[in-house]
Amino acid sequence: MKKSRKIVPSFAALAALLCSLAQPAHAESGWAELNMTRGVTAISRQIYDLHMMCFWVCVGIGIVVFGVMIYSIVVFRHSKGAVPDTTMVHNTKVEVIWTIVPVAILIGVAIPAARVLIRTADVSNSQLTVKVTGYQWGWNYDYLQSGVSFFSKLDALSNAARQLDSGIDPNTVPHYLHNVDHPLVVPTGTKILLLITADDVIHSWWVPDLGVKRDAVPGFINETWFEVDADKPGVYRGQCSELCGRDHAFMPIVVDALSKADFATWLKNEEAAQKTQQPAQAAAAATAAARQTQLADTSAAH
Amino acid sequence: MAEHAHAPAAVVHEHEEHDHKPHGWKRWVYATNHKDIGTMYLVFSGLMFLIGGSFAMVIRAELFKPGMQLVDPQLFNSMTTMHALFMIFGAVMPAWTGLANWLIPMQIGAPDMALPRLNNMSFWILPFAFTLLFCTLFVPGGAPAGGWTMYAPLFVQTGDAFPMTIFAIHMMGASSILGAINVIVTIMNMRAKGMGLLRMPLFVWTWLITAFLLIAAMPVLAGAVTMLLTDHYFGTTFFAATGGGDPIMFQHIFWFFGHPEVYILILPAFGVVSEIIPTFSRKPLFGYETMVYATASIGFLSFIVWAHHMFVTGIPLAGQLFFMLSTMLIAVPTGVKVFNWTATMYKGSLSFEPPMLFALGFLFMFTIGGFSGLMLALVPADYEYHGTYFVVAHFHYVLVPGAVFAIMGAVYYWLPKWCGNMYDMRLAKWHFWLSAIFVNVLFFPQHFLGLAGMPRRIPDYPVQFTDWNMVSSLGGFAFGLSQFLFPYIIWKCIRSGERATGRVWESAHGLEWELPSPAPYHSWGEPPSEALIARGAAH
Repeated sequence: MKKSRKIVPSFAALAALLCSLAQPAHAESGWAELNMTRGVTAISRQIYDLHMMCFWVCVGIGIVVFGVMIYSIVVFRHSKGAVPDTTMVHNTKVEVIWTIVPVAILIGVAIPAARVLIRTADVSNSQLTVKVTGYQWGWNYDYLQSGVSFFSKLDALSNAARQLDSGIDPNTVPHYLHNVDHPLVVPTGTKILLLITADDVIHSWWVPDLGVKRDAVPGFINETWFEVDADKPGVYRGQCSELCGRDHAFMPIVVDALSKADFATWLKNEEAAQKTQQPAQAAAAATAAARQTQLADTSAAH
Repeated sequence: MAEHAHAPAAVVHEHEEHDHKPHGWKRWVYATNHKDIGTMYLVFSGLMFLIGGSFAMVIRAELFKPGMQLVDPQLFNSMTTMHALFMIFGAVMPAWTGLANWLIPMQIGAPDMALPRLNNMSFWILPFAFTLLFCTLFVPGGAPAGGWTMYAPLFVQTGDAFPMTIFAIHMMGASSILGAINVIVTIMNMRAKGMGLLRMPLFVWTWLITAFLLIAAMPVLAGAVTMLLTDHYFGTTFFAATGGGDPIMFQHIFWFFGHPEVYILILPAFGVVSEIIPTFSRKPLFGYETMVYATASIGFLSFIVWAHHMFVTGIPLAGQLFFMLSTMLIAVPTGVKVFNWTATMYKGSLSFEPPMLFALGFLFMFTIGGFSGLMLALVPADYEYHGTYFVVAHFHYVLVPGAVFAIMGAVYYWLPKWCGNMYDMRLAKWHFWLSAIFVNVLFFPQHFLGLAGMPRRIPDYPVQFTDWNMVSSLGGFAFGLSQFLFPYIIWKCIRSGERATGRVWESAHGLEWELPSPAPYHSWGEPPSEALIARGAAH
């Protein structure tokens, strides 16, 4: 998880104080989890900047509006003998101003937002295509150019700890609920096209650091893309973000971004491994097909 | 409740001497009196608030720390689903209908609602609908767990609760539509002579617009859930790609209802706040007419913003741009309202009785919810916010210290008029301050959680989210406990208390304040004079 930025230093100080009171033993602090990540892609940084710009616009409006409210509450008090100005019932000039000024502010916010939006929608010139399929409850990744394919689900340690009354302290599990058996491996500095779909119900593929969230809709394919900065290889974690049934909380997404060279090695090994595992692969495909038929039968039966 | 009313000399001319009412259970089961029906709605709403609140307590208890301690994930999902259904359709909507029943006839100088028997039916559908919905907790497969949004195809996986939930929703919809028809007919036909449309109190105005939204939106919901039903039982494939359908179409239909629904929950709150703030600022509402027009434009805009709930579903770029801009546009009339309320207080003479405290709480915290709403409108940023606790924080800010505070403020404002007694002001102020503090402890940290990456509707979370979840849960428990003050204060007020005057609040304006307190069982049997109406209209 990337370090989050603190919005308001004084609030963080208060949080730290609360922290020391409540949980002195807690070494890695969750109190600092206050803001959106900047992420590791150009898009995620633009989203972060947009978010902060809009946040500060709201703070500015808030200071003015709340300021007038608080001023009125403090100054115009019945208990202090304030005399109401009952003639003040409307004022066209003021009302026009406070209609037009917000419109101007909104336009000022909408233009950069539209600019970023158009950039996120441009899926052209991708260099690697991965098909992502959501299942109840896990993800399948197909590298379309090379035929590498694998299923990615919650890691065994998290899975044991997350059972009702498991007796395992989640704090002892590395990356509890943010870890999988097979992460999606991608090269950095490469525009990666994701073709996202689902097998059963709607899921949503989300990795905050990549600035990507897109629904996986059964029967339809959504396109989106990301490009991890060339100098930022690393492991980036996210979760399914569309309610998809009982284990919605337990199908995380982990993206392992490797340098181009490391990725090429990984891909070569993976291709070789999958060739030797061909029979197993076929069996897995058969299971998936059987499951498909079973689901179709269930819905047809009703 | 109200015993025989005492009619001060000033209002004898319109007070008639037949305060007879049926006794015992028949008074309630056969009720046609708008005040009795209003009372039943409000009591029902309180009960649903309690049940919906206990579901929320289960949610916050499970989320108190990471790991699964209390409930199965499926039951957790049922809790979030049932919490929303009970709070939206059981607590907030009936509370507004109850207030409409009590107030609209008194405020427009009408003797009752236009369609009293319809009124009886629209109330009595509700207990059946919610009993049915509550029973789903005990059927095979458990209560609905696909979220209150009931997205296909997930919702079709619901067990035996599936048809029960859909039938319950049909009943709630029918009840709302009947209630809305009654409100429109009453306002359009039953106004006393001299009560022109632009003289109506803003509570009446906002309810009129709400009623039109209800009539337009509720049948759409009925259609959506019926299509789910036929997909499940009759082999249609509206929402299944296997037969040429589209799961996303469900979301379009649902949110075409769902977004106006949000305004159905909040517009009457605007009305209430527009009544309370002038009274305790001792100054007429600033910009009455712009308030009316702003409400109407919000009502209109509410129908062309629905896809902002669907920015990550893969709708086309042009669609995303359109819905981003239309959504941002809503900030304009909403801003006008906030500015008008602020201008009403400016150069006023403010006092801080409990209704005013709740209205001020509304003003500050609803505005915070408006800010996060503006942020959510920005599509690229929504790619990070969508489906997280940031959204949960946003809509709870507009619905709890927004709609619910307005309902509580309304009860504290009109309660003396209803039962003829003043309530314990000190205790009511405690109720406000405890609620206002803990609602922020409960919901503010959820902004942090969402931004830091915590999805909504999950029973368990990665450990870095522990600290703020703990704070939020503690705030939730304290907020929940504080709410027990509310029925206690009301109960105490009905039983005893200082007698209230007719006016109740020294600078209250409007026809209901021209009636004695408690309001007679039958009010405005003889319509108010035009002079009285002119005196009541505060502008």
